[in-house]
Amino acid sequence: MTGDEKHEWAAASTIDVLWVLYDRVLNVTPATVDDPDRDRFLLSKGHGPMAYYAVLAEKGFIDESTLDDWTSWDSPLGQHPDRVLVNGVEISSGSLGHGLPIAVGTALGQRVGKSRGRTFVLVGDGELDEGSNHEAIAVAARLGVANLTAIVIDNQSAMYGWPGGIASRFAVEGWQTAEIDGRDHEAIFAALTAPHDRPYAVVAKIEKSH
Amino acid sequence: MTTMRQAFIKTVNEEIENDPRIAVVTAVISSNEFPQENERVVDVGIREQTMVGVAGGLALAGLRPVVHSYAPFLVERPYEQIKLDIGHQDVGAVFVSIGASYDDPVWGRTHQSPGDVALFDTLPGWTVHVPGHPDEVTPLLRQALKDDNRVYVRLSLHENSQAYPVGEGFTALRHGKRGVVLAVGPMLDRVLKAVDSENADVTVLYAATIRPFDSDGLRKAVEETDHADVMVVEPYLEGTSSHLISEALQLIPHRVRCIGVKRHAELRNYGTAEDHDAAHDLDVVGLGSAVRSFFRG
Repeated sequence: MTGDEKHEWAAASTIDVLWVLYDRVLNVTPATVDDPDRDRFLLSKGHGPMAYYAVLAEKGFIDESTLDDWTSWDSPLGQHPDRVLVNGVEISSGSLGHGLPIAVGTALGQRVGKSRGRTFVLVGDGELDEGSNHEAIAVAARLGVANLTAIVIDNQSAMYGWPGGIASRFAVEGWQTAEIDGRDHEAIFAALTAPHDRPYAVVAKIEKSH
Repeated sequence: MTTMRQAFIKTVNEEIENDPRIAVVTAVISSNEFPQENERVVDVGIREQTMVGVAGGLALAGLRPVVHSYAPFLVERPYEQIKLDIGHQDVGAVFVSIGASYDDPVWGRTHQSPGDVALFDTLPGWTVHVPGHPDEVTPLLRQALKDDNRVYVRLSLHENSQAYPVGEGFTALRHGKRGVVLAVGPMLDRVLKAVDSENADVTVLYAATIRPFDSDGLRKAVEETDHADVMVVEPYLEGTSSHLISEALQLIPHRVRCIGVKRHAELRNYGTAEDHDAAHDLDVVGLGSAVRSFFRG
């Protein structure tokens, strides 16, 4: 571990969803990272990227040896991922509230380009505090980007919580929603492969660590 | 009479039919001017952060987004999105603003954006066009739409009486020995009148493209004068280009006078653009006074 101890919890919260995505859901390989028909995964919640890097290494997008000296001067791996430096990383992230609006754009671009690809974006429940997400939630529904899936890792990090539940915030705008146990791989797989004809939000609940 | 905004809309609407890469992203303002039936025309509502984020996503998906709004809502409100969703993603887009520094000051400070070019200056890799005439808009825009880079086009209701050829570098319109005046975009007519009124023997350079800054062109013009005295007249925040002038002339002892929208106080008056020009000494009288005092002797 090199320095990101405060974001260990963020990484531990996402690891199961990330693994199921890359192992069983996403249509993308190290050989197809530039294929217009690939699925795109956008890690909006760039905090705690250790889980992301580990999965990318396991799936051959990056060399496992690069994990050893991450965050060093010469390493392509930082505390927040950089798409220019890391093969397979679709967006550079870190500042919260950017991934979902960008994902609406990539999903629209896929639709316009008649691509078979889908866009998946991972956000945190705390990240949803950022108002830009709520702009994007509304716009995605109005534009009907059915090839967009937002995965919300709900590890109860939002300062004031989400009365009524996170899923309702999406549902009221017209999204299809699902709520699952974010540690249950079969449930994750089933949710992320469920058919939907409108934007789709999957809230993956993670028990708060103590 | 075609305005810069009309030239912009006409050009984009022509090009979007021909180039499947082009997309338009707006936040209500001007959205009805673009073909609603085209799936590459997107109005996100009054949501400027998402307007820029969506543009970044479209660019990542291989499109060439044109992002358009009133200057403060295009540049200032979603500044972090411009920095991260466009620049940090290393993608391109064409940002086109209307409103300029104070095109319509009856709307007050909220609708004024004299700092827009200075903000873009904090970000690497942006080309900045400040056309001075509607006929300059179309060639600048056509080129921008073909490219993949990051471009800001600043449109204004202020314009010069004639268009000049646009391209890379500054255009020398007059040659003199007492120094150099660089006029940016719609400031040109007033600069020429001020120079004439003072019988100033100066070189006048014109720039419809201010970034990248034509350092070689400025240096060459200075070297052809007897005095390395440079006045730059910009229709936005004063001194925006001063660092680039200093850099261009670092090996030449020189004097610089930067004129633009003043920084020292927030002007709370309404009135007309001409009233604001006068308040910022950007009218012919104010510019004449500056020319007289700076190039004295």
